[in-house]
Amino acid sequence: MLARAHPRGQRGLILGYAGLGGLHRAAVAVFGRSGNRAGDAALIEIEGLTKRFGTFTAVDRVSFTVPRGEVLGFLGPNGAGKSTTMRMLAGFVTPTEGTARVAGFDVQTRPVQARRELGFLPEGAPTYPDMTVIGFLGFCAGVRGYHGAARNRRVEQALALTGLEPVAVQPVETLSKGFKRRVGLAQALLHDPPVLVLDEPTDGLDPNQKHEVRTLIRRMAPEKAIVISTHILEEVDAVCTRAIVIAAGRIVADDTPAALERLHPSGRLDDVFRALTTKQAA
Amino acid sequence: MRTTLVIARRELAGYFATPVASVFIVIFLVLLGALTFNLGNFLDRNQADLQPFFTFVPWVLLLLVPAVTMRLWAEERRSGTIELLLTLPVTQAQAVIGKFLAAWAFCAIALLLTFPIVITVNFLGRPDNGVIACGYLGAILVAGAFLSVGSALSALTKNQVIAFVLAVALCFVLAMASYPLVTDFLGAHLPAMTDVARRIGVLERFQDFTRGIVSLNDLIYFASVIVFFLFLNTVILEARRAD
Ligand SMILES: Nc1ncnc2c1ncn2[C@@H]1O[C@H](COP(=O)(O)OP(=O)(O)OP(=O)(O)O)[C@@H](O)[C@H]1O
Ligand SMILES: [Mg+2]
Repeated sequence: MLARAHPRGQRGLILGYAGLGGLHRAAVAVFGRSGNRAGDAALIEIEGLTKRFGTFTAVDRVSFTVPRGEVLGFLGPNGAGKSTTMRMLAGFVTPTEGTARVAGFDVQTRPVQARRELGFLPEGAPTYPDMTVIGFLGFCAGVRGYHGAARNRRVEQALALTGLEPVAVQPVETLSKGFKRRVGLAQALLHDPPVLVLDEPTDGLDPNQKHEVRTLIRRMAPEKAIVISTHILEEVDAVCTRAIVIAAGRIVADDTPAALERLHPSGRLDDVFRALTTKQAA
Repeated sequence: MRTTLVIARRELAGYFATPVASVFIVIFLVLLGALTFNLGNFLDRNQADLQPFFTFVPWVLLLLVPAVTMRLWAEERRSGTIELLLTLPVTQAQAVIGKFLAAWAFCAIALLLTFPIVITVNFLGRPDNGVIACGYLGAILVAGAFLSVGSALSALTKNQVIAFVLAVALCFVLAMASYPLVTDFLGAHLPAMTDVARRIGVLERFQDFTRGIVSLNDLIYFASVIVFFLFLNTVILEARRAD
């Protein structure tokens, strides 16, 4: 009864217009790129995305689009297929079926262009343990085509955004879990991409940092299309303009957090989540 | 190209950020020195050349190059950084070549650190330094061939021990391909391959270099081996990167 109660295109369109008026021009000026067809198409377009591992279907015909200005919360129990979907979007896992486009670039046929427009935080925020924070971010900036002064500026900005300055010259392996996560986040934000895909960005952060990261996401939201996966449901209320719940690889709900909350008499997202995902499993 | 070099630079710095580099280089030099002076009777021969030294170089490389390559992709996969690297805007080929170049530069550094033996032989006699330079060129090419083999095999598995053993085995076969050990075996079981095997032996090609002969044929041979295995590396990576 809950699934897809919402006609998806509509709200997206309204938000799209609201967000795009002057911002698109500003964004193009900031990024200096014209590759993305941001004017009319959504920045993230996923159609019938399916991933099978052997006979096991981890992601089952998932489709959605995310326009500029939207922060999509990607929810679901462990093993639901959130990370696998995000990996396909980042072009790491090859889909069994379906297509994914980032800023108009198909991640299969134009992978390098698609990844230029994308900031991706992989699950667990992997980084090279022997490198210093500055060395690691400098490497990412170099691969993204920044050199010399531009590179240093990018690295400094990313350090400042994520509060990493105090540990900038420390090897990543000596950092605490929360700081490691921030290094991964800094890497994803470094090039100020129009599309952000963050797999559990606040996992392991202390309450202050969680707040910081949420504020950061909210602040960036108007210019970007953002997908975050999370197990912290109050985060959905705090930052997301829309939430998708997936269970066993299928989308079981796709709506605004407020609309989702109304689905359960208690009005709590926890109860809605449980109702949606346990029903699916049964 | 620039992206490839950024990757190579990071990799190379990675060797020196850990004890890997120093352990490798020390073992390489000690092993090579011991073999050359003891087994090779370097001094007793009373000849001003590096023949005994170059006899052992391929064998030491055969053992130590797979130790360098076993971690190339296996380690990225184990630590999950492969997901980071391959979702940056780089092609598989850039990533493969970047890693290969770093490993190759590292092996070249290790080889060039054997320079005291060149000084020794120049001090004791009048060697043909042109021949010695050819020998070094050949040794670097052998290292490149072994590295490309090891790198491709490292992409195949998460397990570094398996990557190492497979690489030693395949490098050994490639080294000995033109020798009776391999050709006799093939003659008995796969006669069609005998002729191919005779052409792809690394050791025989290397011996040309140690005699001071650099032929276009040999250069093309080493280039093709390296390109072939690096290509294989990208194919394996494409197929198995997320497993
Ligand atoms: N390489 C793989 N081979 C086989 N199965 C896999 C592979 N990767 C993921 N899976 C399976 O796919 C399913 C979805 O995994 P995924 O990591 O996407 O879940 P998730 O929603 O991110 O879960 P979590 O909340 O725990 O992070 C799981 O059942 C997992 O075991
Ligand atoms: Mg996950």
